[in-house]
Amino acid sequence: MSKVYTILLADDDPDYLFQVAFYLRKAGFEVMAVESQAEAEQVIAKMKPDMAVFDLMMESDDSGFILCYKLKRKYPEVPVILATAVSRETGITFGLSGGQDREWIRADLYLEKGVRPEQLEQEIRKLLKI
Amino acid sequence: MAQLKILVVDDEPGIRSGVSRILGNFHVTYPFMDEDYTFNILEAATGEEGIEIIDREMPDILLLDNKLPGIQGVEVLEYVRKKNYDIVVAMITSYASIDVAVKAHNDGAIDFIPKPFTPQELKASVEQITKQQYLRRITHKLKVEGRKVRFQFLSVLSHELKAPLNAIEGYLRMMQERQMGDSLDEYSSAIERSLQRIESMRNLIMDLLDFTKVNFERQMEKMQNVNLRELVSMAVGTVSPYAIHKDIHFVTEVGGCETIWADPNDFEIILNNLVSNAVKYNKPGGTVSVKVDCNENEFTVSVADTGIGMNGDERDMLFEEFSRIRNDKTRNISGSGLGLSIVKKVVDLYHGVINVESTPDRGSVFTVIIPRSQVSNIKTGI
Repeated sequence: MSKVYTILLADDDPDYLFQVAFYLRKAGFEVMAVESQAEAEQVIAKMKPDMAVFDLMMESDDSGFILCYKLKRKYPEVPVILATAVSRETGITFGLSGGQDREWIRADLYLEKGVRPEQLEQEIRKLLKI
Repeated sequence: MAQLKILVVDDEPGIRSGVSRILGNFHVTYPFMDEDYTFNILEAATGEEGIEIIDREMPDILLLDNKLPGIQGVEVLEYVRKKNYDIVVAMITSYASIDVAVKAHNDGAIDFIPKPFTPQELKASVEQITKQQYLRRITHKLKVEGRKVRFQFLSVLSHELKAPLNAIEGYLRMMQERQMGDSLDEYSSAIERSLQRIESMRNLIMDLLDFTKVNFERQMEKMQNVNLRELVSMAVGTVSPYAIHKDIHFVTEVGGCETIWADPNDFEIILNNLVSNAVKYNKPGGTVSVKVDCNENEFTVSVADTGIGMNGDERDMLFEEFSRIRNDKTRNISGSGLGLSIVKKVVDLYHGVINVESTPDRGSVFTVIIPRSQVSNIKTGI
C-alpha cells in the first residue's frame, strides 16, 4: 500500500475548488480544500500537508504569497504551487527563475489558473517526486 | 510650503549671487497649486560643475548661461535631455545667436532670460517656469494614475468575467468525461452551480452596461420630470420576486415633492441598486424601508435594511469598483462588486453625497442626498 499524500488546496472560487479537489481525490490524493487564506492558515497551524496549492488572490490580493511565506517558514520542505490568473490577464509576470523573486515568493512552482486538472496533477507528482 | 531647487550655472559670480539674492525670499503661488513654492538656490561656475550638481542634487529648475569657460550651456542642456531628467531649463543669455536659441529650444529649454536682467524680470520668468513645471508634473501624475486605474479596472474585470467561465467549463468537462458516473442525477449540483455562475455573470454584464452609461451617455435631452412614487415602486417591483422568496417586507414613504428634474436612468440606477442590496444582504423575514423626501434645497433617498450589516473596515471599501465584502455571511450572495461604485458615480455626477450607517448583524442605512439646485446643472461626462 503506497503512501497517501495530503494536499492543502486553497481557492476562494468554490466551484474551482470543488472541481480541482474532486479531480485530485479521484487521482488518489487526500485533499484539504479551504476557501480562504484564514482557513488555510488554520490548517497550517494544525497539520503538515505533503503539498500545497494556493490561489493568489483571496481575501487580499496577495493572500497566496502570504500563505507561501507562512507555510515555508513552518515547513520549508513542503512544496508549494501558486495558481493564479493574474499574469494572463495583466501581463505581470513573476516566474520563479530569478533568485530574488524566489526569495520573495517562496513558491516552488507558479501555474496559470486555467490549467487543466490533469496537468496540475502531473506537476504535483513531479514536485512530490512520485 | 514646498521648495524647488534651482541650479544657476553661470561663470559670472555677480549673476549667481544676484539670482541667489533675488530668489532667496521669493515665493510663487498659483490658484491650482496646493501650496506656495519657495526656492533653494544652488550655484555652479562651469558646465562640468553644473552636471556634477545635477546628478547629485537633481534640481527642479536649471538657469543656464550658454557661454561658459569649458563645455557650453547647450551641452549641459543636451546632457539633461539625454538623461531624461525631469528638469525645466531656461537659458540666461546676453547674446543668443539664432542657432543657439533654436538648438536650445529643440533640446527643451523653455525660456530665455536676457542678461542683464532686473529682479522683476527674473522673478517673472521663474514664476512662469515654476507654474509650467508644476503643471507638467501634475499632468504626468494624472496620466499615470489614470492609466493605472484603467489597467486595474480591466484586469479585475477580465478576472471577474473569466472566473465563471472557468467554473462552467470545468463542470462541463466533468460531464463530458462522465467523471461522476453515467447518471445525470449525479451532476445536478454541478448543473445548479453552473446556472448560478451564469446568472451572476449576467448580472455583472448588466452592471457593466450601467457603468458605461454613467460614464459616457450624459445628455441634457434626457432630463425630465421623474415621478418619485413610480421610481420607488419600480425599484421595489424589480426585486420583489427575490424579496418574496426571502420573506422580506417593504415599507415605502414618499414625501415632499412628487417629481424631480433628472435623467430617470440615473435615479433608477440609484434606487434599484440600493433597494436590491437591501434585499440581498437582508435576513429572511427582514424589512426594507425606502424613504424618499425632498424640500426646496435637497432630495433625499434613504434605504434601510435589517440585514447582516458590516463593520468599519468593510464600510471603507464599499464604494470601490469590484470590492465585495467577503465573509461567511456574504459567501452565498452573488454580486458583481460594481453596484455601489456605480451609485457613487451617479451621485457624484449630481454633486450629491452618499452616507452609510451600519451595525453588524443589525442592518444598514444608505442615504443619498442630492442638492436640488444641482439636479438641473449636472456635470457632463467625467
